[in-house]
Amino acid sequence: MIVLDQVKKSFDSGETFAVDGISLTVAEGETLVLLGSSGCGKTTTLKMINRLVEPTAGTITVDGRDIMQQGVIELRRSIGYVFQGIGLMPHLTVAENVSVVLRLLGEPWEQRRLRALELLDVVDLPAAQYADQFPDELSGGQQQRVGVARALAANPGYLLMDEPFGALDALTRDMLQQELLAVKSRIMKTIIFVTHDIFEALTLADRIAVMHAGRIEQIGTPAEILKRPATDFVRDLFGKPAQQLKLFDKDG
Amino acid sequence: MDFLQYIVDKRGDLLVKTAQHLMLTGVSASAAICIGVPLGILIARWPRSRHAVLGIAGVVQTIPSVAMLALLMIPLGLGAKPAIAALILYALLPIVVNTSAGLVGVSPDVLEAADGLGFTRRQRLWMVELPLAAPVIIAGIRTSAVITVGIATLSALIGAGGLGDFIFRGLSTGNNMAITMGVVAASSMALLLGWAIGWMEKALKRRLHLQ
Repeated sequence: MIVLDQVKKSFDSGETFAVDGISLTVAEGETLVLLGSSGCGKTTTLKMINRLVEPTAGTITVDGRDIMQQGVIELRRSIGYVFQGIGLMPHLTVAENVSVVLRLLGEPWEQRRLRALELLDVVDLPAAQYADQFPDELSGGQQQRVGVARALAANPGYLLMDEPFGALDALTRDMLQQELLAVKSRIMKTIIFVTHDIFEALTLADRIAVMHAGRIEQIGTPAEILKRPATDFVRDLFGKPAQQLKLFDKDG
Repeated sequence: MDFLQYIVDKRGDLLVKTAQHLMLTGVSASAAICIGVPLGILIARWPRSRHAVLGIAGVVQTIPSVAMLALLMIPLGLGAKPAIAALILYALLPIVVNTSAGLVGVSPDVLEAADGLGFTRRQRLWMVELPLAAPVIIAGIRTSAVITVGIATLSALIGAGGLGDFIFRGLSTGNNMAITMGVVAASSMALLLGWAIGWMEKALKRRLHLQ
């Protein structure tokens, strides 16, 4: 379980807050989507959970332990992270990239290799074909599959995903979303997923936290939010795509 | 034909001077790598130190080489010691600059991933940053090596030996063949070294999949 309590972040020593008092609880096995437009503080919120960004105020606990009371390196190794920029190491093979955290943890080569091959199958990249290729030989979608496999390597209980499919074309994005759902049903993980894409949020989320200007506007299941938007902002956010879809229906 | 005969006659001497020249170059380039790479890492890490380090290295670079040799001869005396000291100083700047440029040029996405996955600072430096910066660092070493071979010919002036001996002896005795032999040998060494290190750089780039 991940709990955020009145978490704030200011990058200009208190003048303005990128994240302005966020409290939320993510239950075991749940997928929580942080949804909002750019600059709303969703990525900052995510990064604070593994201390890529240090909170200015408030507390964050993972499995009941305050993240500021434990070693930052151990914390990060215990949480899987999928990055918006993917960030594969260009000089390592796909298998080496997938198992790089295991290397940091000092696991022997054979075990790392076995785990990498296993995970490549999980993300639908046939290991026999891809394990020994290099990232520059892969498409963007394939690279991010490797990014997901890498995040799963040390079998973390938690997965933080920062707009992982944002840079991919619509078809590939759709495919990866479906695969993430499939992976999730096989390996129970608690996931916090950041996106600005409403449809992605609706597809993946157990619950959605709609963020705006550093605060949470509403948090609830997709159905709750669609049926009973708590604020005008939320109504507008979900209203526009719904209108567009209606227009599209009429034209068709 | 006379020139070839001259080379054959002087082959023993040529070998000795070439070895001396390689020694001067090798020792000073290695020392410059040992000092320059950590300095480059330093200024990539703490941009505030950049100004001071590059400023000093830049000033050193502008001192004419003959003047530098003369200057260093005062505390260090004649022979190889002041020559090597001068060569190290000249070789430093390209290595420092390229090391820092190579490190700064590593993709921020890759660095963020390394941090987020739980690399320590040291692991990030050795497993990610230095390997990815290596081709750029080697390009700096190549520049330094070529500069060093050239300036090492001047160290004959302060009794450090090397291929410069042929050139200066030839100049003082009017022996054109000696001059030519010295020039050809030193230039070939610079070309070959530059080519060999350039080849290493390209091979490494391919090996690391950095295009």
